[in-house]
Amino acid sequence: MRSSSIQGRLGEMLRVARSGPVLVGGLLLLVVIVTAIGAEHVATFDPMQIKPRLRLRAPDGTYWFGTDALGRDVFSRVLYGGKVSLLVGALAAAVGAVVGTVIGLVAGAFRTLDSVVMRIMDGVMAIPSVLLAVAMVSLIGPSMTTIVAAISFSEIPRVTRLVRSVVLTVREETYVQAAEGVGLPKPLVLYRHILPSCMAPLVVQTTYMFAAAILAEAVLGFLGVGFPPDIPTWGNILAEGRSVFQRAPWTIIFPGLFLAVTVLAVNILGDGLRDRLDPKLSRVAKVSA
Amino acid sequence: MTGERTPILDVRGLTVALPAGLDRPYAVENFDLSVHRKEIVCLVGESGSGKSVAASAVMGLLPKGVLRIVGGSIRLAGQDITAVGENQLCALRGDRMAMVFQEPLTALNPVMTVGNQIAEVILLHRRDMSRAAIDARVMELLADVHLPSPETLKRAYPHQLSGGQRQRVMIAMALALEPALIIADEPTTALDVTTQAQILKLFRELLEKHDSGVLLITHDFGVVAEVANQVLVMQHGRVVEQGAPKAILKAPQHPYTRALIDAVPTFRFREERSAVDAPALEVENLRLVYRNRSFFGVRRETVALDDVSFTLAPGETLGVVGESGSGKTSLAKCLMRFETPDSGQIRIGGRSIADMHGAELRRFRRRIQMVFQDPYKSLNPRRTIGQSLTEGPVQHGLVRDKAVARAAGLLETVGLNPNAMERYPHEFSGGQRQRICIARALAMEPDIIVADEPVSALDVSVQAQVLELFETLRRRIGFAMVFITHDLRVASNICDRVAVMQKGRVVEIGRTEQVFRAPKDPYTISLLAAVPGGLELAA
Repeated sequence: MRSSSIQGRLGEMLRVARSGPVLVGGLLLLVVIVTAIGAEHVATFDPMQIKPRLRLRAPDGTYWFGTDALGRDVFSRVLYGGKVSLLVGALAAAVGAVVGTVIGLVAGAFRTLDSVVMRIMDGVMAIPSVLLAVAMVSLIGPSMTTIVAAISFSEIPRVTRLVRSVVLTVREETYVQAAEGVGLPKPLVLYRHILPSCMAPLVVQTTYMFAAAILAEAVLGFLGVGFPPDIPTWGNILAEGRSVFQRAPWTIIFPGLFLAVTVLAVNILGDGLRDRLDPKLSRVAKVSA
Repeated sequence: MTGERTPILDVRGLTVALPAGLDRPYAVENFDLSVHRKEIVCLVGESGSGKSVAASAVMGLLPKGVLRIVGGSIRLAGQDITAVGENQLCALRGDRMAMVFQEPLTALNPVMTVGNQIAEVILLHRRDMSRAAIDARVMELLADVHLPSPETLKRAYPHQLSGGQRQRVMIAMALALEPALIIADEPTTALDVTTQAQILKLFRELLEKHDSGVLLITHDFGVVAEVANQVLVMQHGRVVEQGAPKAILKAPQHPYTRALIDAVPTFRFREERSAVDAPALEVENLRLVYRNRSFFGVRRETVALDDVSFTLAPGETLGVVGESGSGKTSLAKCLMRFETPDSGQIRIGGRSIADMHGAELRRFRRRIQMVFQDPYKSLNPRRTIGQSLTEGPVQHGLVRDKAVARAAGLLETVGLNPNAMERYPHEFSGGQRQRICIARALAMEPDIIVADEPVSALDVSVQAQVLELFETLRRRIGFAMVFITHDLRVASNICDRVAVMQKGRVVEIGRTEQVFRAPKDPYTISLLAAVPGGLELAA
C-alpha cells in the first residue's frame, strides 16, 4: 500500500518539476541558497573586517562588488547577508503557513468559531504589515524571533482565508460526509480528508510569503528597526549604503540585485507551481466517448 | 411518418477517431442514421457507447484536437456539413439545427433573463427583425412550451424556475428559429418522473405543430417506448440494432439490446414478510427546518421534514419515494445525524439518537451506515480502497490486521478482487465504486443501511447488478435498509414496504404491492401514472 503511494508521489513531483517556470525559478533559488549557505567558503573576505584605508573602493579584481563606507567587502557581506535574509524568509513563511493553516482549518470546520475568528483576521489584515512589524520590533526589541514573528503575523490572515475557503468547499464533499458517517472524530476528518486538498494552493501561497518575508526583512533593516547594524543582512547593507549611494552606487546595486533576483526566482517558482498543481489549469482535455 | 420521405438529417458511414492509446480506435464507427420531419429518432446506449459523440459530430461540436471525423458524410437538408467552414456551421446551428442539453441549469446563462436569452438566439440569426416582432415571438414560444404566465416568466432568471420549467425554456430556445432538426441529449434524465412525462408529451405535441425532426439521445427504454418513431441501439460506437420501437421492445434481436431491455426495472413485488415485534428503527414525528440566517436574524425557513413517522423491522427494506425536493435526502441526513432534527425521535434498537452528540454519537454511528448516490464523489480520490474500507472499523477499535482481513473478505462478497485494496478510486468504474461503497458500509457491521439513490448514477445494466447485490447481501447478512429512490420500478423490486413523500410529509405508507396496485393518495396516483412505459404491473 505504502510503496505504490510513494511511487505515485515521486512521479507527481517529477511531473511538477518538468515545467519551465518551476525549473528556472527553482534553479535560480538553489544558486542563491547554496551561495548563502556556503558563504564561509565562497566569500573572499571576512564580512565584518573594517579597513578604513580601503573605504568606498569601486569594484575590481580583488573586491568584486567594491567596499562600503567602513572598507568592508560588499561581496562577502552580500553572501553572509543572504544567509540571514533567506533564513528569516523561510522561517516567517513556515510559521505563517502552519499557524494560518491551523486557524483556517478550525474556522472552516467549526461554524460557531468561524465568524469570530474571521473578524479577528480581518482586523489584523486592516493594519499595514510594515507598521505592525515596526511596532512589534520597537516594543520587544530586535531579535530573530521577534522579526520572524512580526513578519509572519501579518501573513497569517492570508493563509487562514485561503485554507478556510478550501475547507468550506471540501467539507461538503460526499467522501467527507462518508468519513464522518463511519464515526471518525472531526480532527481526524480534517487531517485525513480535508487537509490534503489544501496542500496545492498552500504550497503556492507559501512561496509568495517567502518572497514577501525577504522583502519585509529588507524593509525593516532599511528603516533601522531590523537586526543590529553589525549583522549583515540585505536590508542592513542597503540601509548603510543609502548615505553614500551617489558616491558609491555599488553598495546598493549589488545587494539590491541579489534581493531582486531571489524574490523574482521565488515568484516564478510560485507561478509555475500554481499552474502545475492547480488541476483546472494543468489538466489535459478529457476524452469522453 | 408523413408522406414526405427526404430525410432532413442523413448520416452515412460516419466514423469518428479517438486519440491513440484508448481501448478502441473509433468513438463512432460506420454510423448511419436518417431523421425525417415530424419524426423522433431515439439513440439508445449506455455511457461510452458513442451516442453523444455521434450527436456532437452532427452539431459540429466535437472537442478540437481530441476527436475528429475520419470518414462518412452528414447531410442536413441535402447539404454536407462535414465540408463546411466554422462560420457557416455557426450559422447552421440555431437556424437549421438546435440542441437541448441534459442539465438545463448549466446550459442557461444565470445572469440573463430567460426572455432575453430566447431573444438573443433570434437576434443573432434574424438581424432584420424588429424588437417588437422578437418580443412577440418570445411570448409565442413561451406559450408554445406551456409555460404559465409567459409575461412574468420571461423576466425571470433561470434560478427562479423549476427544473421542468428550465427545460421548457431550453426547448423554446431550440424552437426559436424553427430548425429542421432538434438534437436532445438526455433531455429528461435530470428531471422528476412527472416532469419527464410532461416534457416527453410536449416534444410529441410540438412536432405536430413545428415541422421539425428530433434526434433524442437516451439510456432509458421507458422514454423510447413513450415517444420514438424509430430506435437505434448503440454499443462500442456501432449501431447494433435499429427499427420500430414496438418491434425492438417486443422481440430484440441483438443480445446487447436484449440485455438492456431486461435490465430496465419492471414492477415486481416481493413476498409479504412475517411480522416482527421489536423494530430496528423507529422514527416519530420528525421535523427538520432549514433556516437561511443572515446578520439580522433568520430570513427564510424551509420545512424539509414535517411530522414524519415510521418503523423499520430488522431485515426489512423500506422504500422512500418522491420527487426531488420532497424531503427524501433530508430524511437520510437526519437518520445519519448529519443534520439534527428540530423535533421528533429517532430510535435505533430502542435508544434515541436524535439528541446524541460528540463521542457518544460517534460510537453509535457504527450501527447505521449510508451508501451515497454518486459513487464518483463518495470515495476520497487521494486514499486507497484499503484505507477507505479500514478506517471506520479501526476507529471503532478493531485491530488493523483484522480490519484488513475483513475488508478483503467484503470486497470478495461484493464481487471484487481483494487486490483492489491497494488501488485508488479512479481506477474503477462507477458500478465497481458503488460496490466498494457498499463494502465500506458493511465493514462497520451495521444494523441499518441508509441507501440514498444508490443506483441512479449508474447505467441500467450496472443498476440491475447492484440491485441484485443489495438483495443478496440483505438476505445473507440480514440488515434492515431504508432505500431512497425516485424510480418506482426499482422500489417495487427491492422494498417490502414503501413510503411516499411529498413536500416533507409522508403522504402514504404501506406494503409496496398494496400502495402501487391500489394507491390512495392523489400524489401517489400521479407518480405511478408518470412512470415511462406505463404501468406494466407484473405479478
